[in-house]
Amino acid sequence: MRVLLGMSGGVDSSVAAAVLRDDGHEVVGVTMRLWGGESDSGCCSVADVDDARRAAQQLGVDHLVFNFSDEFDERVVAPYVEDHRRGRTPNPCIECNRHLKFDRLLDRATALGFDAVATGHHARIVERDGRRWVGRGADHAKDQSYVVHMLDQDALARTVFPIGHLTKDQVRAEAARLGLRTATKPDSQDVCFITSTGGRETFLGDRIPFRRAKVVDPEGVELGELPAVELVTVGQRRGLHLLDGAPRRRYVIDVDHGAAVVTVGPESELMTLEQSVTDLVWADTPVDGPVLVQCSAHGRTSLAELGDGVVRWAEPQRRVSAGQSLVFYDLADERVLGGGLAG
Amino acid sequence: MRAEAFEAMVPHLRDEFANPSGSHAPARRARLALDEARDVIAECLGADAGEIVATSGGTESDTSALVGALSRHARTSGVPALAVCPAAEHHAVREVVEANDGIVVPVTSTGAVDLDALAEALTTHGDRVAVVSVMAVNNELGTVTELAEVAATVRRCAPGALLHTDAVQAAMWLDLRSVTAHVDLLSLSAHKFGGPKGVGVLWIRRGVAIDPLVRGGGQERDRRSGTQNVAGVVGAATALRLTDEDRPTIVASLTVLRDRLLDGLIACGAIETVPRSVRVAGNAHVCFPGLESEELLYLLDRDGVSASAASACASGAIEASHVLRAIAVSEELRRGALRLTLGHTTTAADVDHALAVVAGAVARLRDHRARQAS
Repeated sequence: MRVLLGMSGGVDSSVAAAVLRDDGHEVVGVTMRLWGGESDSGCCSVADVDDARRAAQQLGVDHLVFNFSDEFDERVVAPYVEDHRRGRTPNPCIECNRHLKFDRLLDRATALGFDAVATGHHARIVERDGRRWVGRGADHAKDQSYVVHMLDQDALARTVFPIGHLTKDQVRAEAARLGLRTATKPDSQDVCFITSTGGRETFLGDRIPFRRAKVVDPEGVELGELPAVELVTVGQRRGLHLLDGAPRRRYVIDVDHGAAVVTVGPESELMTLEQSVTDLVWADTPVDGPVLVQCSAHGRTSLAELGDGVVRWAEPQRRVSAGQSLVFYDLADERVLGGGLAG
Repeated sequence: MRAEAFEAMVPHLRDEFANPSGSHAPARRARLALDEARDVIAECLGADAGEIVATSGGTESDTSALVGALSRHARTSGVPALAVCPAAEHHAVREVVEANDGIVVPVTSTGAVDLDALAEALTTHGDRVAVVSVMAVNNELGTVTELAEVAATVRRCAPGALLHTDAVQAAMWLDLRSVTAHVDLLSLSAHKFGGPKGVGVLWIRRGVAIDPLVRGGGQERDRRSGTQNVAGVVGAATALRLTDEDRPTIVASLTVLRDRLLDGLIACGAIETVPRSVRVAGNAHVCFPGLESEELLYLLDRDGVSASAASACASGAIEASHVLRAIAVSEELRRGALRLTLGHTTTAADVDHALAVVAGAVARLRDHRARQAS
């Protein structure tokens, strides 16, 4: 196959190039330039492009750079800012996968005559009876099936995850054996367009006006103030600066974004039996009935009944803040069936 | 690189390796080679050898001219100095002007400086203007600047200002004597005319004083310190002499080939970005409506056609062209920009091969778009 491999400059995609090459595929590596602004981490700094190119060179693989910064601004950064302005908590890495890697890049790969796009995600493609699903990576601690849950049959047929069968330790050992300079590079953890010095607060503060929020308990008793309602998330426990200094743990249980009022309370108030889901996507046909649901990148799954855009939990679960992704797995906890955004 | 230039460099890289500033016999031989090369470069510019400063390339020459003029002007006049350039200048000029809070003036639809806007800016800022920098030939579009008109405007509106031209893209196509006639400072880059990379020239008209950018041992008559790159300057001089000799023949033959290339591209659906009548012979910049440069470039490269779209940023990604934006080309056309260039080795067979590859690539991409749309 002719495979266009997205190379971030990290160890996983470097080793993915070697795996594809050794499997006899014709591989071209590409680093997507996504964020043109200030950055100190993530996937598109010049240093990361250098690392990706050097790994490709060492493996005898051609390397390109595609400039998708306009689309990234439009499809990832602008919605990220707008979601916060509206009081939602988006996951920009998922939106980048949805709109850039498995849409824009996939389309370009097809236009240029490639049979598939590959990435270094810790996930697998599971095939049964001619249908395909995203499966969990062999390294469950590093599994990234959650962030690539949006692939449909068309995309799954043209996607390869070359290192999904390896553990992270095996990937690093292989990189070291090949002498790749990415072998000991730390995993990227953060949103690529947010700097560690400024953080989310500075990034958003430069782009939207913050509104002060009143913090109250469920009875409406004022407990303090927060500088920006836009930065508050349901389920948040830290950084609430409550005035009464009560020792018990309290969480944000509700955010009235319009009135800029944040309600805090005990964890019990956060629990719910139902969670609405919007923007549903499916690997194959839409699914009703029992599924396992995962609500964060490396969170545990919980049993629920799915139907009519509502997740009905078997046991009460913490409410998920609007904009976060819920991903549905089969009952064996192996395959991604679909996903959506918390409403 | 021209083979003769390479051959001329070899002895100075291997055996004749002395520092030309020394006093012993090997040093004097190096000095001789440097002085002879300087004479050749001066002759090709219609200049004196004493006006030629060897640098590390076009970017250093541009920075030296602008920063040196700003520094000198501020030091002697006691008021903050300004640099002025058109919006379609090369980054090597525009970045320096912007970093020094200078003035960027608009260009016309062909990429040439808007003379009325230039006159207005110069009249407004008058004595504060230290230097005006206007490229002789635009690097993306190939548009030739009428430097006589620019010079007349500068002399009339800001008589105290120096006029610099980035002639990096001009050496292949224009008799440089006709360029130096109008300006005070001129930058060249050797690899643009068949010489080695890492070698440039800054021509400083006799009587024009600018501060040095690189200080140290006082080489190049105190205008650019650092041990001279003898082999590089010899290679540059050899290439420039050959370019100067061949130029009329090459321009005539390449104009025919370029027009054939442009006509073929237009037949594939391209739009000529600016009229060929205002461009140098080696430039065939076009835009393909509805297509994307990065896709075209990949398919062309795969079939052995090396092209470009705009300048690349540090990551290697193609940047949105500030030149196309400056001449107000629509977003859709900008996305499909393609710059094919011809040089003295380009043949009719090369042009036909390029056209066949472009036609195949365009058909493939249009086909894909049609399938996506349906």
